Amino acid sequence: MKYLSLVWAALFRSKTRTSLTLLSVVAAFLLFGMLDSVRVAFNSGSGVDGANRLIVASRLSITQSLPISLLPQIESVKGVRKVAYAMWFGGIYKDPKNFFPNFSVSDNYFDIFTDFEVPPEQLKAFHENRTGAIVGEGLAKKFGWKIGDTIPLQATIFPRNGSNDWPLQVSAIFRAKDRKNAGAEMQLMMHWKYFDESNDYIKSKVSWYTVQMDSPNDAVRVAKAIDAISANSDHETKSETESAFQQSFAKQFADVGLIVTAIMGAVFFTLLLLTGNTMAQAVRERIPELAILKTIGFRDGTVLMLVMTESVLLIVLGGLIGLGLAAVIMPGVAAASGGVIQLPNVPGQTWVVGLILMIVIGIVVGLLPALRAQRLKIVDALAGR
Amino acid sequence: MKWLTDIGTVLALILGLIVWIMLPWFLVLAIALIVAIWLFAARSGRLSLAAARIGIASLPQRWGASSVIVVGIAGVVGVLVAMLAMGEGFQATLNNTGSDDTAIILRGGSQAETNSVITRDQVPLITSLPGIARGGDGKPLMSPELSQVINLPMKSSGTDANAQVRGVGDAAWAVRGNMRIVEGRKFAPGLRELVVGQGAQHQFRGLEVGKTLRLANQDWTIVGKFATGDAHDSELWSDAETLASTYRRTAFQSITVRLDGKSGLKQLKAAIDADPSLKLDVQTTHDYYSKQSGNLTKVINVLGTVIGAIMAIGAVFGALNTMYAAVAGRAREIATMRAIGFRGLPVVVAVMLETMLLALVGGVLGAAIAWAIFNGYTVSTLSQNFSQLVFQFKVSPALLWSGLKWALGIGLVGGLFPALRAARLPVTEALRAA
Repeated sequence: MKYLSLVWAALFRSKTRTSLTLLSVVAAFLLFGMLDSVRVAFNSGSGVDGANRLIVASRLSITQSLPISLLPQIESVKGVRKVAYAMWFGGIYKDPKNFFPNFSVSDNYFDIFTDFEVPPEQLKAFHENRTGAIVGEGLAKKFGWKIGDTIPLQATIFPRNGSNDWPLQVSAIFRAKDRKNAGAEMQLMMHWKYFDESNDYIKSKVSWYTVQMDSPNDAVRVAKAIDAISANSDHETKSETESAFQQSFAKQFADVGLIVTAIMGAVFFTLLLLTGNTMAQAVRERIPELAILKTIGFRDGTVLMLVMTESVLLIVLGGLIGLGLAAVIMPGVAAASGGVIQLPNVPGQTWVVGLILMIVIGIVVGLLPALRAQRLKIVDALAGR
Repeated sequence: MKWLTDIGTVLALILGLIVWIMLPWFLVLAIALIVAIWLFAARSGRLSLAAARIGIASLPQRWGASSVIVVGIAGVVGVLVAMLAMGEGFQATLNNTGSDDTAIILRGGSQAETNSVITRDQVPLITSLPGIARGGDGKPLMSPELSQVINLPMKSSGTDANAQVRGVGDAAWAVRGNMRIVEGRKFAPGLRELVVGQGAQHQFRGLEVGKTLRLANQDWTIVGKFATGDAHDSELWSDAETLASTYRRTAFQSITVRLDGKSGLKQLKAAIDADPSLKLDVQTTHDYYSKQSGNLTKVINVLGTVIGAIMAIGAVFGALNTMYAAVAGRAREIATMRAIGFRGLPVVVAVMLETMLLALVGGVLGAAIAWAIFNGYTVSTLSQNFSQLVFQFKVSPALLWSGLKWALGIGLVGGLFPALRAARLPVTEALRAA
């Protein structure tokens, strides 16, 4: 620690070189921060509240619906506290491009999804209005909906009396308690009862059940017990935790982990070469100075550590600035776009992985120049041989 | 004064880069020609060339530092080309699917096959409509179809993903001209038999010809493999009636018809609009599939460009670093050249040419790597029909070209400031130093 000022001075000996290298490191870790946050967000499901929820959907496929008659049977499984259900609606608002998830839900849906908060009087208004809808705050903001507005939702799957018009009134607006989960606000829910009575095609069917358990530790047993109910029927179910369900769904879009790893592989390989070159140059230029350090009594090991610290410091400095930038830019872009572009915050996991990467890269890059500095012979170095 | 020119240079550079990336190929060629003519014909051009030759001759001595430029730019171009090739491949797959001779009929307002319902009593009404081509036996060439999404394990991860089983009518093979059985045979109507697309077979486990598959607790045999080279390659096909009875489906989802000549679509559309009992949308299959590619392609392109741009910024700093070091290392040499009569311009151009050469090598390297690894690389994603769509990366010449343009752009920025420094080097001081 006492040599910090010495290392610092050595680092900024050539200001142009160090700052240019630093900026390259910043760019690399900015990219790492953004991509890895996206990867983490993509691969992780909902937060703590989701841990004791199971999704029960058709084993055959996500588009297959389940009979509502399963409800009492699922409710009677030991360890199940509450069961809600939902039916996919797939309506569009004005233009197919304005896609957002919308589905009909049971009355107790918001009792189970405790990670959403709804003003009680609004929730009451929603329950009392047969053709009411409840929308997320983000979605309401995006389309400028207010309580009392009528949304001319157009059905794509389920017509009503032969027409695709499903006008709904905004009765309530819900908000995600955890702001990291703000993406979940881009949803609209309507009453399952109204949907079931009014649509032309399908009766007494649901797309999935959401089961709240007494304890998350019970998930495996409860899931098995629920799946056993419908075994060998034509509506076999598959129960999994909410996060597992979301993950397997997300993975079907793309293997984000693989893409991120491939890109970052290319970036860090380039970075190694770049900073390695800088450090080699820095040591080459300073050979006489290093020799003087040794002359006045610095040990070989200390000189090695000095150069090594310099290289680690360079990378860590740039890396922290890069990750910091990512942490500022991503919520900034999300806020500026008014929730249209959803970008995650940089999670703790990414900071930890990033920090480890910085130190490892710093050590790898510094190793050769540091060894060279350690092995310097004072006489040769001072003589310029 | 000096910093004023610097700011001016930066602004001009930013503008120049934007124009450069947008420039069509023939203008680039024209610029290259003009530069070449100037280099060989004009006196200052020949001097620049001579100066550049000296710099390039000393490159091997500095090859460690120079490789920073080459590898840095290769990385940028490689990632950029690979990302854009993914978007291009996805778009190409959907754009190649369907044709202008066939049309798809869906329920009004349903947008996608998954959402559509066509009841059985509508089918005979559609049969008699004008605009549908007829086969040799006088029957209309139309195939009422339904699609069923099933869960199958992916080869890569072993986890379940959605696959699409399409039940087709007898005329399906005649309606779509491009279906080829490459292994085994077609399924027989009325039997629980499937033919699988080559893309689906590549992506999912257990789809080899001869294997059996359990669908809705019934055994289905895979009797053949087909190739279409488009989005249908991701599907499994079977007899519509058998599939419908297996899944207790009473209605169809879409009807694909072969159109009767150029005016077929217009006739068919007019006939459907005229019949109030048919609330249906009709469009050519080419239009239908092309529309599906829009959003994802845009997302991939934006993402690829943003990632490429951040990497490019990193590479620019790397290039600047290397070229500043190169200019500093050759300070005496450059000062000598200036002393014996080389003026500012040839010195600037010489350093620029050197950087651009390194950038070009990096660009070619990156593009070549992207092409070698990713051209034809097969992946899949969730399509609009809630099932896996298999497609291949497509590294097109246009992408390679824009990769090279990015490389030269990075070289331009990375070389310009060191070149200006070289030209401004105070001759006497540089000659005296070290």
